[in-house]
Amino acid sequence: MIINHPLLGPRDAAEFVYLGDAALIDRPDPSVADAAEKFHEYGYLRDNPAGEHQELWYHEQGDRSWLVVTRNTLSHEISKVELARDVAVARGRGR
Amino acid sequence: MRYSALKILKEGLTGNKGWKPVWREPEPKKEYDVIIIGGGGHGLATAYYLSKVYGVTNVAVLEKGWIGSGNVGRNTTIIRSNYMLPGNQPFYEMSLKLWEGLEQDFNYNAMVSQRSILNLFHSDGQRDAFVRRANAMMLSDAGAELADAAQLRRELPFLDFDNARFPIKGGLYQRRGGTVRHDAVAWGFARGADMNGVDIIQNCEVTGFHIENGVCTGVETNKGPIKANKVASCVAGSSSRVMALAGMRLPIESHVLQAFVTEGLKPTLPGVITFGAGHFYVSQSDKGGLVFGGDIDGYNTYAQCGNLPVVEDVAEGGMAIMPMIGRARLLRSWGGLMDMSMDGSPFIDKTHVEGLFFNGGWCYGGFKATPASGYCYAHLLAKDEPHPNATEMRLDRFISGHIIDEKGQGNQPNLH
Ligand SMILES: Cc1cc2nc3c(=O)[nH]c(=O)nc-3n(C[C@H](O)[C@H](O)[C@H](O)COP(=O)(O)OP(=O)(O)OC[C@H]3O[C@@H](n4cnc5c(N)ncnc54)[C@H](O)[C@@H]3O)c2cc1C
Repeated sequence: MIINHPLLGPRDAAEFVYLGDAALIDRPDPSVADAAEKFHEYGYLRDNPAGEHQELWYHEQGDRSWLVVTRNTLSHEISKVELARDVAVARGRGR
Repeated sequence: MRYSALKILKEGLTGNKGWKPVWREPEPKKEYDVIIIGGGGHGLATAYYLSKVYGVTNVAVLEKGWIGSGNVGRNTTIIRSNYMLPGNQPFYEMSLKLWEGLEQDFNYNAMVSQRSILNLFHSDGQRDAFVRRANAMMLSDAGAELADAAQLRRELPFLDFDNARFPIKGGLYQRRGGTVRHDAVAWGFARGADMNGVDIIQNCEVTGFHIENGVCTGVETNKGPIKANKVASCVAGSSSRVMALAGMRLPIESHVLQAFVTEGLKPTLPGVITFGAGHFYVSQSDKGGLVFGGDIDGYNTYAQCGNLPVVEDVAEGGMAIMPMIGRARLLRSWGGLMDMSMDGSPFIDKTHVEGLFFNGGWCYGGFKATPASGYCYAHLLAKDEPHPNATEMRLDRFISGHIIDEKGQGNQPNLH
């Protein structure tokens, strides 16, 4: 698979480390009453869809940036690559 | 029809005209006591033990393709019971004991071959870890034996003992481990279940559940609705997709694992050998091909085919322990869908929906578990309580904190 890095251009997926569903960006608020349940869902439960999947890849053997890759889990086709920082900020995170 | 030496002789002398298909191809009935979704090893074993041990015979196995088209026919066929944690080891030892009597039990040649499994170690620290594992294995009566490098040099002279990076210091043997002809496992369980009255329905995909007031009353399929008192999912790599139809999110990611086989060679490998410094395992099939594999590809996928970086990694692992493998030509490679769980261990459990049960999360190691998984799942379905050897394989263990993490990797499925 080739991941089209937003800053570095096309890179071999073997340069990256895979973390998982990009929902991991949305860390729950630890101060809410049902935080234990929320963290259980966050840490352990996954949608695991067959089809389009947004996921976190880390460019370990490159510029060490985290990317959000939108990839089809049936065909491995990659339709979108963004810097995770941009996605996190757009979702309301500080950084 | 029972198989016996006499029967083979008779058929041989009369032109082999008396062999019949070994299971029926029935149309689904309107209603069953138990519906099992998935005609892989685990689904068929569940049907077999339900009908044989627990006397529940009004059972259907619904398989979307043909039986054995999933992982049960794609794996590298290794069986063993060399786990460490109490939640796992008694279960896998139960499974190995069932393998040992399986062929007599279901009267089918599954080519169970206890040719041993050897886990190599390459450092003092790794030897200590393996000694600890060996002790855990002996506690469950599984048998374990430590071999030093001198012994291995005599037994397996082709290994690269003096590899500069990963010298072989010894290994942990489980002599009772080995390999089994994987397709024959599916066929043997299917035939056994069919003879007890179970309907095996192929080309029947489950597309939805009928759930009323929190109770599951049946399934929707491409062959129409079918009612059941109990519905038991057993679909390995498709677990998340199927259980999503019941509104569930699982602690599972689907990954692909590849396997490889070379051209047929003369007998060279006496048993199964695994590399301790990377992920590589190899055995030789009865046809002579070297069958081997390594890591999963490491990203979510339902594609049943892998990518080249892992092929390279597996080849490097092979070259690091037995350089002679470089002379063998690769014949085929393929992939299968792994239901990788969050702690690397499986689930055999009820769900929040009454009458709906779940079996999955087998990762890359569920073939060896096939008989015990079927047995324990049948127990749960028949008695509504877990089998004593599967009490920890619960879906709620991540919230209760009772995880079964053999490798201590945490909630990162691609590291298990
Ligand atoms: C390359 C590879 C190597 C492996 N090596 C080993 C090994 O050496 N040792 C070991 O112990 N394990 C190994 N495994 C793991 C092992 O094969 C699996 O864990 C085990 O086979 C899974 O259980 P199963 O046999 O029931 O799965 P499967 O055979 O995959 O059965 C699941 C079935 O469910 C069906 N299904 C899915 N969705 C639906 C639906 N909606 N309706 C109806 N049916 C459906 C599928 O078609 C499939 O037939 C390996 C796996 C792979 C892929």
